[in-house]
Amino acid sequence: MPKFVFLWTDFILWLVVAGVAFYIWRVRHNARARANWSHVLRDGPAMCAAVVLAVFITIALLDSVHFRPRLPAIEGAAANAPVAYATRTMSIFDALMSHAIESREKTYSTPLSYWSFQKETQVVNGGEVRGNPRLAHGGSHLTDPAREWESDVAARSVAGLLAGLVAGMLIAVAFAALRGDVGRSIKQFVRGNTEIPWRPILITIIVMAMIIGWLAALWPYYHPFGTDRTGNDVLYQALKSIRTAVVIGSLATIATLPLAIVLGILAGYFKGWVDDGIQYFYTVLSSIPPILLVAAFVLLINVYIDQNADVFETGVERAEFRLFLLCLILGVTGWATLCRLLRAETLKIAELDYVQAAHAFGVSKWRVMARHILPNVMHLVLIVSVLDFSALVLYEAVLSYVGVGVDPNSSSFGSMINLARSEMSRDPVVWWNLATAFTFMLALVLAANFFADAVREAFDPRARVFRPRRLLKEAA
Amino acid sequence: MGAYILRRAAYAVLILIGVNLLTFTLFFAVNSPDNIARLNIGGKRVSADAIEKWKAERGYDKPLWFNHDADGADKIKQTIFYDRSLRLFTLDFGTSDSGRQIRHEIGTRIVASLALAGPMLLLTVLVGITFSLLLVFFRASYLDFWGTVLCVVMMSISSLFYIIMAQWFFGKTLKLVPLSGFVPGLDLLKFLALPIIVGIVFQLGSEARLFRAMLLEESNKDYVRTARSKGLSEAVVLFRHVLRNTWLPVLTHVSALLPYAFLGSIVFESFFGIPGLGTYVIEAINGQDFAIVHVMVFLGSLLYILAYLGTDIAYTFVDPRVRLA
Repeated sequence: MPKFVFLWTDFILWLVVAGVAFYIWRVRHNARARANWSHVLRDGPAMCAAVVLAVFITIALLDSVHFRPRLPAIEGAAANAPVAYATRTMSIFDALMSHAIESREKTYSTPLSYWSFQKETQVVNGGEVRGNPRLAHGGSHLTDPAREWESDVAARSVAGLLAGLVAGMLIAVAFAALRGDVGRSIKQFVRGNTEIPWRPILITIIVMAMIIGWLAALWPYYHPFGTDRTGNDVLYQALKSIRTAVVIGSLATIATLPLAIVLGILAGYFKGWVDDGIQYFYTVLSSIPPILLVAAFVLLINVYIDQNADVFETGVERAEFRLFLLCLILGVTGWATLCRLLRAETLKIAELDYVQAAHAFGVSKWRVMARHILPNVMHLVLIVSVLDFSALVLYEAVLSYVGVGVDPNSSSFGSMINLARSEMSRDPVVWWNLATAFTFMLALVLAANFFADAVREAFDPRARVFRPRRLLKEAA
Repeated sequence: MGAYILRRAAYAVLILIGVNLLTFTLFFAVNSPDNIARLNIGGKRVSADAIEKWKAERGYDKPLWFNHDADGADKIKQTIFYDRSLRLFTLDFGTSDSGRQIRHEIGTRIVASLALAGPMLLLTVLVGITFSLLLVFFRASYLDFWGTVLCVVMMSISSLFYIIMAQWFFGKTLKLVPLSGFVPGLDLLKFLALPIIVGIVFQLGSEARLFRAMLLEESNKDYVRTARSKGLSEAVVLFRHVLRNTWLPVLTHVSALLPYAFLGSIVFESFFGIPGLGTYVIEAINGQDFAIVHVMVFLGSLLYILAYLGTDIAYTFVDPRVRLA
């Protein structure tokens, strides 16, 4: 039995998952919320984005259960000897990807290549030859790489893509079976005349399955996206970065909520000096340039971690603690916008008849705030939260660049881009690091943005945008 | 109107005091000078003497808030609070932890920052409005739809990518502009062209989308319907009626952008090697120089508050309702 490591970031991330599950359960019993969400469900781009997001979040969650594997007992040790655990903390995801961690090269190599990027002097048949040595792991199964490489990569790619295609099709058929009549459902899927946009959703699933299949077929034998300066697999780094991005995006958003909701409603409800005080408080906070405020707090964390270095048993624990505090800081410094919105909305709602009626019935002030005002401003909280997610993922990269972001030892998109900066000025250019970070980050942020737009559109009718296709469909 | 501006100004001063107290407490009270000294000298086993010496050299050996041993006004003056906080109000920024005059540094660097940030802000707003006008003029068409999608894609790309790719393509491959650096005089244009263009492109997505929403919100109002119903052409409605009334929210938005602009788009300055306030901040953060960071926070919020005050005054010219209030 490995020793599970408790990390605050993991804990809260899973708490968020539980919260979302609870929310979904609640929505099922609430006609109004169900109507709004069904609007999201009927939005093609949003549902495609949701599929992509689901894949990313699954990876992030797999990477959020940390443990220290048990070391094999020393031979001849006493039966009651204490169990030793590895000093390295790893996650389930690491355990699944152990192949990628172990197949570490010496330095850079281009995607899918079998030779190292840097020339080295080798001894061949007694004479010294300067050339690119072969990689220790990438393409090491080939005996004559110059001849075999092309056909090997092609064969594996085709096999992987086909396997992905079949898997995707099977998922599609499974969805069709869930709807009842399989044949009719498939016909509807293909024609695209279903209420929920199944056609784009299934196309996205099939494409994702093909990408995953392609990577799964090549990864055991090659480095599909090359290796970085220290020879680590770039694809693995990118997948690890997903978790950092998701943690920052979700935790920092969650961290803004308590202050924003409580203070926003209090200010809007009580008005008078309470309002003045809270307004003053958030004006002070928001008049400090955000990057400087975050930097200020992070400098304080550095001091704290520097002094309490012994508290953390492993490097991962220290890095995770830092990440957790960074999220808290982003929360503490970023609640002003939402607070301002909630205050304005509460000011409006507090004058409405049903609130007045509640007062007349003698409902206490706190109960009015909790039962009558809070539920009616939650749509704002939801909209701002989903919009913040993508902004925070982008913000992380900038913070890491400035030097106040995540721990330098943990992988994140920000640190990948930072390294890429010097790599782009090399000759020949080392482009795959940047390209990989770019692809993954764009996919994540774009998906989050499309999803957020749909949520905003569903919950805030004023934000509905024009869709030519939908109009055509309605006209037809 | 005078009373209104005076009231806003008084509130601004109050905010500034709040910022100052907050950051001072954070930097020098929560985080004791001993810690700063230890961090700066480095290592865990720093002798107490070394810490005392470091503190004495930089004036951190005084009491934090109140000096009981001094007489008269010195009770207040001989404190870290006076040195590091109250003096900022007279724009006396003191010396950094590495012993250099902060005010001198800021004086020389602010020119570079303004040369980059001023044109960047102005052009960003102009290009953003032009693009959003295009979208709104052809609203409810495929151009509008795909233009909006393009905006979403553009705002989903990190600013760092734009910079790295632009430097690589225009600087390294095409050799059109120098990669980075800063020289005074006319040649400056060559150095500033790329960062400004990248700055515009990177913000275009979010700006154009925002301005588009503002324009659409305005064009749904009754007076616009009246204008259309009396037979005005779409161009006249858009440019004479809608655009004019959109300036107000645009102004609010620009004033919110101002502090970022003044503080130098930190990332841009550091990538393009422009010796402005942004690079100064990054150096201070990496060098753990709390004195500089504290001053920059103060300066940043000062500029922010001045910008807000400026907006308030500008409002009185743009919007008669405010003038009469």
